[in-house]
Amino acid sequence: MTVPLDGNAIAGDLFAAFGREMTAVVGRCRSCGVTCAVAELCVYARAPGAVARCSSCNAVVMVLVTIAGECHAHLPALELEALS
Amino acid sequence: MARAALPGRLSWQLGRVLDTIDETQRARSLVLELPNWPGHRAGQHVDIRLTADDGYQAQRGYSIASAPEDNEVILTIERLENGEVSPYLTDVLEPGDELELRGPIGGYFVWDASLSGPLLLISGGSGIVPLRAMLRHWVAARLPVEVRVIHSARSLDEVIYRDELMRLAAYEEVDVRIALTRAWPERWRGHRGRVDRDFLKDAAWPPQDQPRIYVCGPTAFVEAVAAALVDNGQPPDTIKTERFGPTGG
Amino acid sequence: MSPISRAFLGRRRRAGGDPSRVPPGQYVTDDFPVLSAGPTPRTPLGEWSFTIDGAAHESVSWRWEDFLALPAELITVDIHCVTKWSKLDTSWRGVSIDTLLETVQTDAAYLTAWCDGGYTTNLALADVVDGNAWVAYEYEGGPVHPEHGGPARLLVPHLYFWKSAKWIRGLTLTATDEPGFWETYGYHNHGDPWLEQRYQGD
Repeated sequence: MTVPLDGNAIAGDLFAAFGREMTAVVGRCRSCGVTCAVAELCVYARAPGAVARCSSCNAVVMVLVTIAGECHAHLPALELEALS
Repeated sequence: MARAALPGRLSWQLGRVLDTIDETQRARSLVLELPNWPGHRAGQHVDIRLTADDGYQAQRGYSIASAPEDNEVILTIERLENGEVSPYLTDVLEPGDELELRGPIGGYFVWDASLSGPLLLISGGSGIVPLRAMLRHWVAARLPVEVRVIHSARSLDEVIYRDELMRLAAYEEVDVRIALTRAWPERWRGHRGRVDRDFLKDAAWPPQDQPRIYVCGPTAFVEAVAAALVDNGQPPDTIKTERFGPTGG
Repeated sequence: MSPISRAFLGRRRRAGGDPSRVPPGQYVTDDFPVLSAGPTPRTPLGEWSFTIDGAAHESVSWRWEDFLALPAELITVDIHCVTKWSKLDTSWRGVSIDTLLETVQTDAAYLTAWCDGGYTTNLALADVVDGNAWVAYEYEGGPVHPEHGGPARLLVPHLYFWKSAKWIRGLTLTATDEPGFWETYGYHNHGDPWLEQRYQGD
């Protein structure tokens, strides 16, 4: 069964990609407008990368891929609030 | 406990297993010595990385079971059937062994005693681990925040930290309720069956008390409990969730 | 370099092995790990169809019963996942892409495979013709399990398995190469495991 986890599950890789703690950061889904903490995104981590989807509309909002030991974050549909 | 400034880098470090504690048949705690530990907040976790002699690596996250005030860092691992990493941590690792990890990690699913209460902690299975860190922190902080703990397990034998929960229940400010879903003693007076809406109506703080809520456990459990709380009138933004599950690819 | 974890074995695997069958950097497993970028789609067979469209003279489409009536092949192939797992001698039943393209007139050199759930991957036409690819609906004698891409998945065994798109519903022929899902996020455009083309720039 493919059961998703949440942003907490990829917190370490998120830190590696952004250089700071990210799970408490609030983001807005560009597909449906719903906002939530990164920790609350629906995450599929058993893949060639980690795919974070909006918990409301299931759109792919963030993708993390680790290449040569470096974690890269892509934000196809996530608007992060201003990072303090 | 002073909180170290975020360095912008989460580095892998090497710790050593000082001791192991058998919590239940499937769960074991690891007491670690970590020379470069900056301190942590209750609810945070670490990532553990194992390396086989052919270079193959496996990495998993585990919640910290100890309070920031505790002298050692403790992790509690539950052995997953067909797991790749957990059986190694519960069955093979011994005091004296090294363990590579990075942490502490997390800033959302955390509780500090400085945050106002009352506190509602709801867990299923190994979801109790980060909540135990919060409870130990509560004890150390000695603030008059009231706490309700609701824990769900398949049977009494599978309740991790069972004795400690009983001792915590002795505090006037702490209420502990256990739900057993598959098997219970004949005269069991706790909840029988899943944590559902009706049980929560009885056991949880009413919404007007404005509790701060943490829910942790398997995805299905967390989603069902969060939905039930919201159905009972709890504003969603008062509920913090952490889903546990297999992450091996 | 990470220190070795005493007595850690990890998932059962064999490294190396016959280099003519196991590409560089791969481990051979007997398991069939399930990797997914999203929830498992559950399209009822009555609603399923497979379509070839895009840069073609005419698009062509099959419903499930019609698809199953097409000439199919039983094939045994080795498969290689970019996450380093290889599985040897996997057996499938499916329709060759050559068969599906028989009635399609096109000048397109590329295609995008698209799937239930929104997944896409791009391929050169040359990579899916001449007996190189199938749309498979049986695995080891039974229907392909939804977790493994059923009712039907693409099968392109000579490339990394992310190109063997699960829950496939069609191929859109294109004049230009349009990166699909993983290709957009850093994975190699072609994905030849024998050249270890895992990531862009490899």
